[in-house]
Amino acid sequence: MATAPGPRPKPKPKKAPATAAGRATKTRVRVPKVAPVGRSTSVALVPVPKSETPPDLADPRRSDVDEWGRSEHTREIARQVYGPLYRTWHRVEWEGLDNIPTEGGALLVSNHAGAIPSDAPAIMHGIETELGRPVYGLADEMFKRMPVVGTMWSRVGGVLAHPDNAYRLLREQEQLALVFPEGTKGTGKTYGERYQLRRFGRGGFVQIAMRAGVPVVPIAVVGSEEAMPMLWKSPQLAKLLGIPYLPITANMLALGPLAGMLPFPAKIKIRVLDPVRFDVEPDQPRYSRSLIMDTSERIRQQIQEALYDMLRQRESVWFG
Amino acid sequence: MGRRVLITGLGTFWGSRVAQALEADPGVDVIVGLDRKEPTVPLERTEYVRSDESYSILARIVKAARIDTIVHTFLVVDSTQMKSRTIHEINVIGTMNLFAAASAPGSTVRNVVVKSSTLVYGAHPKDPVWFSEEARRAQAPKAMVERSLLEVEGYVRDFAVDNPHVNVALLRFSNVLGPDITTPLAKALELPVVPSVFGYDPRFQFVHEADVVRAILFVLAGRVQGIYNVAGDGLLPWSEVAAICGKRTFPLPPFGMGLLSAPLASLGIVDLPPELLDLLRHGRGVDNRRLKKVGFEYHYTSAGTVADFVEALRIRPIVGASETAYQYERDVEQFFRHSPAVIRDSD
Repeated sequence: MATAPGPRPKPKPKKAPATAAGRATKTRVRVPKVAPVGRSTSVALVPVPKSETPPDLADPRRSDVDEWGRSEHTREIARQVYGPLYRTWHRVEWEGLDNIPTEGGALLVSNHAGAIPSDAPAIMHGIETELGRPVYGLADEMFKRMPVVGTMWSRVGGVLAHPDNAYRLLREQEQLALVFPEGTKGTGKTYGERYQLRRFGRGGFVQIAMRAGVPVVPIAVVGSEEAMPMLWKSPQLAKLLGIPYLPITANMLALGPLAGMLPFPAKIKIRVLDPVRFDVEPDQPRYSRSLIMDTSERIRQQIQEALYDMLRQRESVWFG
Repeated sequence: MGRRVLITGLGTFWGSRVAQALEADPGVDVIVGLDRKEPTVPLERTEYVRSDESYSILARIVKAARIDTIVHTFLVVDSTQMKSRTIHEINVIGTMNLFAAASAPGSTVRNVVVKSSTLVYGAHPKDPVWFSEEARRAQAPKAMVERSLLEVEGYVRDFAVDNPHVNVALLRFSNVLGPDITTPLAKALELPVVPSVFGYDPRFQFVHEADVVRAILFVLAGRVQGIYNVAGDGLLPWSEVAAICGKRTFPLPPFGMGLLSAPLASLGIVDLPPELLDLLRHGRGVDNRRLKKVGFEYHYTSAGTVADFVEALRIRPIVGASETAYQYERDVEQFFRHSPAVIRDSD
């Protein structure tokens, strides 16, 4: 059974009926005659424990973990650890970084590749160090399920890709959110299918950007496919373990199963395309399905073409 | 004419607190409290009726006392306190009978406030960070107490649909902490080390017991209707909750806790029912903005609630529990209320 909305989802703000006002002669009750606005007047008609509102609520927080689970402190450590990998291992190069808004919400949409994808940390690290803006990575609930991994993922800025989460991040808090619409279909590609974009989900990312009234910023990443190419996968074993895919990567063959977690030093190039803005009203409960699918497909095409263009220009997997 | 209020669960923490507050309200003429247990706090003019949740008694009381307002606080949300069959009887059957009585022909009931819990949202990895009142839970409930609360809410919804002339407010309270109330989470935080689940550090939201009572009184006074989440601002990781309590966490294994929790409970170390284990893994946040929008002001944030709880915990061994021992004496109470010998201030 689901918690369906109640009978009267729109409560009318009925305030302080002055029923008791006239008859109370000697009473401790303070009855506000006018509907109280602001925080100075207490709304309660009956005496309640500690009825005077403190001017500012004490909020004795100890950690800097925000409501999404992201901790700037942990993020700083992650940046320091990942920095050398970003600079000297992958030698990440950006193109069109000024297409990323320096203020206001935006949904960053990128291709996703590699058994353990290198694109997500590269994009998040790059934007945080270059623009000084936090990036929240929207991901599948698979991360949240796993002990340790789920907590770490959340501390470095991972958030469950839920429409309500995305809306609050983008519309209300005007943050940057990064999403990979291919999901595990992108990272689960074998090496032979590299840079062939998968289906962009069901276009949910377009719908959420429309609802939130923010632009979509398409991003094309080259290099993450070669950083950890998947040679073979076992659907049976994956199913048994309850994970989307169980990869045998080139890294594992070269370095062994544990050191195989380390990506190859492929040169990573990131191209940020022109933001896509929508000509629709935000906050609508629903948008035209055909408009969503057309837009989603168009953005997919743009990223695909940018990838082909970047691959044409690329002379070496390792040196760009 | 003043209001005539029926409170279910007068012997519970919430029922007695609400009754105490309403007694001071001159706009309330009559307060009738039902429970199977005697009240544990001194009450001035509340009429206590010992009753179970059976329909015939409820219907007669509602009719005889011309009740216009029902405060339904007698809902068990702490599954460690009683057997699941008792919880079912109290929550589901009790609510069904209460609403059957309230919707009898010629019923005078015009306001109903129900104290539910955010347990109805569950705790699951697919959950949004903040549940709105309309949000659906990710998975069908497995915990018995969650199932029973969902059934209760079903009765509340049916009653509201069938009786559009009645203001029905359904309040869903988050994890409650405070100086006086005992909850499973409070018990866990009172342990020398705070149990957690290895590898998980979920975010928790709390509401202060005073804000709970204030919220009930707020919707009563304003005749607010609809569904509202009641929870303090902010989410904080469980490790931080333990830190505010000045304690370390003790990680329990992430797997097999279903098997481990029973012996832990029977040894009297800590009782972690399934709904609490889910919470220790995935946490839960609820959007509290709807109640704020109709004018309610919280006095405590989530972190502030924990801090106030810790402060009470710290001074409890020195000053003792703030609730003084009170023994309900039926004859004495009846004497004070009804004997002609007692001179009452009548105004």
